[in-house]
Amino acid sequence: MAPPLPRGAAAPGGGRLLANIMYFARTLRAAGLPVGPGRVLTAVEAVRAVGLADRRDFYWTLHAVFVNRRDQREIFDQAFHIFWRNPQLLEKMMALMLPGLRVPADDAEEMNRRLAEALHLPREGEPSRESESDVQLDAAMTFSDRELLQSKDFEKMSNAELADAKDAIRRMVLPLADVATRRFMADARGNRTDMRATLRAQLRAGALATLKRKRRRTRPPPLVVLCDISGSMSRYSRLFLHFMHAVTNDRDRVYTFLFGTRLTSITRFLRYRDVDLAVDKVVAAVEDWSGGTRIGQCLGEFNRRWSRRVLGQGAVVLLITDGLDREGGAGLGQEMDRLHKSCRRLIWLNPLLRYEGFAPKSLGMRAILPHADEFRPVHNLDSLGELVSALSKPGPRRLEAAAAWREAG
Amino acid sequence: MTSLPSSVSDTLDLLGRGHYIADRSLATAIYLSLALKRPLFLEGEAGVGKTEIAKVLAETLGRRLIRLQCYEGLDVASAVYEWNYSRQMIEIRLAETGSESRDAVEQEIFSDRFLIKRPLLQALEPELEGPPVLLIDELDRTDEPFEAYLLEVLSDFQITIPEIGTIKAKEPPIVVMTSNRTREIHDALKRRCFYYWVDYPSAERELQILTVKAPGAAETLSREIVAFVQKLRATHELFKLPGVAETIDWAHALSQLDVLALTPEAINDTLGVLLKYQDDIAKIQGSEAQRLLTQVKQELAAVG
Repeated sequence: MAPPLPRGAAAPGGGRLLANIMYFARTLRAAGLPVGPGRVLTAVEAVRAVGLADRRDFYWTLHAVFVNRRDQREIFDQAFHIFWRNPQLLEKMMALMLPGLRVPADDAEEMNRRLAEALHLPREGEPSRESESDVQLDAAMTFSDRELLQSKDFEKMSNAELADAKDAIRRMVLPLADVATRRFMADARGNRTDMRATLRAQLRAGALATLKRKRRRTRPPPLVVLCDISGSMSRYSRLFLHFMHAVTNDRDRVYTFLFGTRLTSITRFLRYRDVDLAVDKVVAAVEDWSGGTRIGQCLGEFNRRWSRRVLGQGAVVLLITDGLDREGGAGLGQEMDRLHKSCRRLIWLNPLLRYEGFAPKSLGMRAILPHADEFRPVHNLDSLGELVSALSKPGPRRLEAAAAWREAG
Repeated sequence: MTSLPSSVSDTLDLLGRGHYIADRSLATAIYLSLALKRPLFLEGEAGVGKTEIAKVLAETLGRRLIRLQCYEGLDVASAVYEWNYSRQMIEIRLAETGSESRDAVEQEIFSDRFLIKRPLLQALEPELEGPPVLLIDELDRTDEPFEAYLLEVLSDFQITIPEIGTIKAKEPPIVVMTSNRTREIHDALKRRCFYYWVDYPSAERELQILTVKAPGAAETLSREIVAFVQKLRATHELFKLPGVAETIDWAHALSQLDVLALTPEAINDTLGVLLKYQDDIAKIQGSEAQRLLTQVKQELAAVG
């Protein structure tokens, strides 16, 4: 191995290290990591502190600076090994850090080629597509046994009625009933004394002043939307996407997931202000549009991977599904139980409820019903409107609102 | 006072002296944080030893450990400082009988004497043995406003108290933040830190940890425990996977019961130490535990 690097050597060649790290940072940025110029400077500082004697240390040094979420690790790992794969590169760089050595001219070109490759890295976890592109049938109200891995064509959405409906949805707000936080705010009619404000007032007045008061601050709880996008729901899920977009952009702490045969988090995409852009991004990210449903498995995945991250702080869960499960409700009861216990309120929205004399008879529905606090229809603008007003009032006691259905079922 | 480590290997040794078995990657992050005086941000599942890192650092470096346990609604009054209102009131009443001017009274009651210092303020104060270790534990439990406030404190290491003025640390404390990721921490805060995801240890590493942390357990038992736990983590879809803390607890529990090697009965009796959710226990207890155990014993026998 080459001799260890003099610590803090601000050698003329240091600029070269800076350039390489900057290229690497650009590669990472192209791959979707939020890496700004500040990080590059930190990285250079960090590499100087640790030295370049050990490739593993070099890896973990850059890792500590550039990665700040767990799901970025894979991208970083790939980028690192592609970018810095030439084992001689490190030695070259060490030489470059020392003053008095010249860079061979062709090195720059080679670096660029490597960079070009790195810039074309596949995005994280791009799945291999199964080649099952049969003619697509309208699968509404039927079970589809095939997982339809295709990008859904959104052209169909552009007819006049749908456009009107979407406009109406866009204007909807979802005022969830506030819950108390542990913070306080000044309020003349509050129920607690604010000692700090009282004391200040006393000092100003120079004598005993009236007591200042405060009360608990309230804020809406987080909202988690789990929406079924299987074939039997596809007529609605497109519209719900607009609804979810409107809600997401209206307030903070909204998390949205779609599920059919697998679970996809689309929270990030829905944050785009422009609804068409957001929908495009969602369509690109979701592969199981209008396929079959595995509700139990998807909820299980949600429980394991997400529930602890998004259900904290007393979240309200909206479960949008018709409860028609390809697996016949296998394991669904257990997962619903877990989900129900982890949230403040679980509201089940079911478009099938629009039919007169509907009874929740299918195995999937029977598994969900015991764990829903509320059971509502959602099939037209009216029912969406009712949902909005129901959510803005403090709900009935848990499980009560769906009790009638449980007895009927 | 022990001086700060001067390289990654030094850091690894230092942790070893505190009975903390760490990967070199973790040592790199810690070393960077110590050398460049930036906060260390540790994320990982519950029970993988995040909090322990701060404790070990404080102990081996001979620094004071100041711990700020976060919770929802944590505010400046309980994290930074608060005035001692009742004493201030008494002081005012006393002053009313005297002849002091109002300004003098005001000066007096907003002095150090009436200030209750909370962890963040304590961490900025100079200490004989060097800057303290500030542990901000389970940051994900607080809300966004506190996170924003923390951002301000951690970038300049100074706190402004309107009645007194600005208090600035002569030397920044060693800051360790942990998160269980029940919520994503904002990028602005993470950007100022060195990040490390603390993962479940490999089988080899976990065995080393058991040897150090639960020396009472027989060697075969330790091996079986580690193999069993690793199998649970790898093959079962549990709601809460057992962490290293649970492994250590389990080893303690079993050796307390004088178990020398795992048996199906011993597992069933003590499974509550390892798994903390009834669904998970129901899934593993009985035949599944037996099946796993047979596998573990076969594999260990094959290795020798």
